[in-house]
Amino acid sequence: MASIRLLINNTPHEVYVDPDTPLLWVLRDQLNLTGTKYGCGEGLCGACTVHLNGEAVRSCQISVSSVGERKITTIEGLSVDSSHPLQLAWIAEQVPQCGYCQSGQIMAAAALLAQTRNPTDEQIDAAMLGNLCRCGVYQRIRHAIHRAAKGA
Amino acid sequence: MPINRRAFIAGGAVTGAGLIIGVRFPRSLLAQEIKKKPVPSPFIAYIHVKPSGQISLIVAKSEMGQGIRTGLAMCLAEEAEVDFNSMSIEQAETRPDLYPHLGTGGSGSTEENFTPLRQAGATVRELMITAAATKWSVPRKDCTARKGEVLHRASSRRASYGELVEAASNLALPDPEKVPLKDPSKFELIGHPIPRVDIPAKSNGSAQFGIDVRVPEMLFAVVARCPAFGGKPAHFDAAKAKAMPGVREVFEIPAIGEDMHTAGGVAVVADSTWTAIKAREALQTSWDNGPSVSESTEALHEALLAAAHHPGKSARNDGDVEAALSNSAKRVEAVYELPFLAHATMEPMNITMHARAGECEVWAPTQSPDWVQRTVAKILGLPAPKVNVHTTLMGGGFGRRYMADFAAEGAQVAKVVGKPVQLVWTREDDMTHDLYRPAACHRMLGAVDAAGRPTAWQHTLASTSIAAFWHPKDDAGNGEVGGAREMPYAIPNVRVDYNPVASSVPRAWWRSVEHSFNGFAVECFIDELAAAAGKDPVGFRKALLVKPAGWKPRYEYSPDPARLRGVLELAAEKSGWSNPLPKQRGRGIAAYHSFGSYFCEVAEVTIVDAKTFRVDRVIAAVDCGQIVNPESVRSQTEGAIIFGLSAALKNQITIKNGAVEQTNFDGYDPIRISEAPPIEVHLVQSKEDCGGMGEPGVPAIAPAVANAIFAAGGKRLRRLPFQIGAAA
Repeated sequence: MASIRLLINNTPHEVYVDPDTPLLWVLRDQLNLTGTKYGCGEGLCGACTVHLNGEAVRSCQISVSSVGERKITTIEGLSVDSSHPLQLAWIAEQVPQCGYCQSGQIMAAAALLAQTRNPTDEQIDAAMLGNLCRCGVYQRIRHAIHRAAKGA
Repeated sequence: MPINRRAFIAGGAVTGAGLIIGVRFPRSLLAQEIKKKPVPSPFIAYIHVKPSGQISLIVAKSEMGQGIRTGLAMCLAEEAEVDFNSMSIEQAETRPDLYPHLGTGGSGSTEENFTPLRQAGATVRELMITAAATKWSVPRKDCTARKGEVLHRASSRRASYGELVEAASNLALPDPEKVPLKDPSKFELIGHPIPRVDIPAKSNGSAQFGIDVRVPEMLFAVVARCPAFGGKPAHFDAAKAKAMPGVREVFEIPAIGEDMHTAGGVAVVADSTWTAIKAREALQTSWDNGPSVSESTEALHEALLAAAHHPGKSARNDGDVEAALSNSAKRVEAVYELPFLAHATMEPMNITMHARAGECEVWAPTQSPDWVQRTVAKILGLPAPKVNVHTTLMGGGFGRRYMADFAAEGAQVAKVVGKPVQLVWTREDDMTHDLYRPAACHRMLGAVDAAGRPTAWQHTLASTSIAAFWHPKDDAGNGEVGGAREMPYAIPNVRVDYNPVASSVPRAWWRSVEHSFNGFAVECFIDELAAAAGKDPVGFRKALLVKPAGWKPRYEYSPDPARLRGVLELAAEKSGWSNPLPKQRGRGIAAYHSFGSYFCEVAEVTIVDAKTFRVDRVIAAVDCGQIVNPESVRSQTEGAIIFGLSAALKNQITIKNGAVEQTNFDGYDPIRISEAPPIEVHLVQSKEDCGGMGEPGVPAIAPAVANAIFAAGGKRLRRLPFQIGAAA
């Protein structure tokens, strides 16, 4: 067990946990930031996607002790008032069905748009390939990313 | 279909499963049963009006992404004349006394509720008008209700529902059947695309799913279960697990059979999910595998194949199939095979519970809160009303969350722990201890005459029946032959037989249930007959979808041939069916009815090389009767097609040594974004009764793709998931 400092959504936190604990479970169980989801625990589904210094990572595959100084952004911190262009596009395109994978989808898409302002379908597919959606709303995800890119 | 009333009651009271999924019992009988119950006051059950004027619409079905909160609230709001945009929409309490049917399954929520909720809304509107007219001493007919207010035009007086609610709710309730309903031409919500009310919270992480429930002082639990079905722990190192920091309890829980079907195992309770998972590994449990350890997919495959080649229990027998087959100009034979499938909801099974003296609080992502309530009550020895089940949002359902196995386990754990505890299934637990879509094998024989008309259709289905798993004494074919028995094409000699095959693999209802395998066989084989007859697949089907004058459904779920033909023609037209495609590309079609709705799907494919093909696009035509929210109808159609494509192209559950071989999304990988074709959805505007939308989009896509591969010059693909190498 160890005390670990984290900077999450611009707020400093200190947690006392097993240092091998995946960041995912620290977010969910210690800090009650439940917007980040558990889907597979193996980095296969993308439901747990968060940003480390703006880069999309699978929080189930990163031990809390390896985060270090990097800034963590979760879905709760993507925007202060749910007004990120992707969040607005997600509503405009009526993307989610069950919604469980959508935090991860939006975080993956946000990292894509930060790097590639106007992605092609191929670039979207490449960036979003790791994010499973069992409800199958991929077509709407594609449309929403294009919509956000145009509005941004 | 013979109706076994006693079984119906038992099903409703004890298991609920067959009843609510709607496969074991005719839906008309369910409707009758619901009608027998007293209609609750809408002010208590459905529309809560506070004196402040704040109005809540109550939805007594579970939201799993199908948009039911929005759709049912629209039905209430339409008739109640309230402003939909200022409503709060809330989940109903688990009160079987108030809500006659809380289960969400069988694609029945809209069909069941469309009229009763309109009546409830209209009752509120009419009583508000009466209350206002009485208050103002004016004739009722001079008052109108609009946006949560009653207006007396002549005097320009207005009163809000909040001001009127006390008087209105004290008035005698009118007969719901006699309350005037709006003329459909005046609908302002129903039939219009309304943004779903659950979507904003699902776009910012604030939507609370079952696994997100957080209660002060809660603990987290996982259970170690024997990989082989029916096995139990032989030895485990509780001391080692308990020595880990944060681990609170380690104890064995027994398997429960009958209507719960839990695996039993070793529960580990800790102060975080991760600690519980790590402590479970430390148990190093060894297993007594039990009798199912000899089961394998290979052996089951042989058994299914053999069973499909024997006459079985007759589900339909028209004319003389044997004579027609032996006298035919051309005979066609095909065997279609489908594997077990997991539901694989993105949110794995979980439940949160706090068992206290004499009562229990439960937070459950469930399609059947009343089944959860009965299950927990039984295990804790409480009266059901003392178990307060809060239905949370669900990260996918697809039938998996209909069952109460995870609730039973949760209660076994909560009973020991005494504190709030969340039982979490890891992905591996969820994949290896699902209740699976049955494995099935169809042997089809058909014949066409010299003019290319089909003369015989013989369908022998063998499957690992769901009914045989849940109700071993009942008819195993009950719930397996739907859609095969109702084969809609006008062929003079038809025989449909059923043979069950034993398996120790748990089975249950998977999105579209038996239609997921029967739709494949029926719509592939009619395509094979068309090819044998040298006819175009659309023209061949159209000629056989005949609706004679005075047509009546032969079975409760017999499709209306004209409506099926309608979607067939619409999808063919929208897909440009008559325009030829280049070499190596092909178009395939499948038209199928289930759950009261008619779907036709056209798939366009490209055979890339000997080992690969691609689905380029899908065109769907949908006739689901009266549409409530076209936005949800489109979304469900798109989703059902992708769900069906995962099964067609990629997914299977295989068994080795009595255990599931796939443990995570690497072995059971659903369709990903790069594999998802564009989907076009075309809706039929209809005044027919509401059909279902959650499931009926699934069955047609696999046969449409198989038929497209054939049209593109590939082989007939008859085994799911398609072995792509076999295509060219």
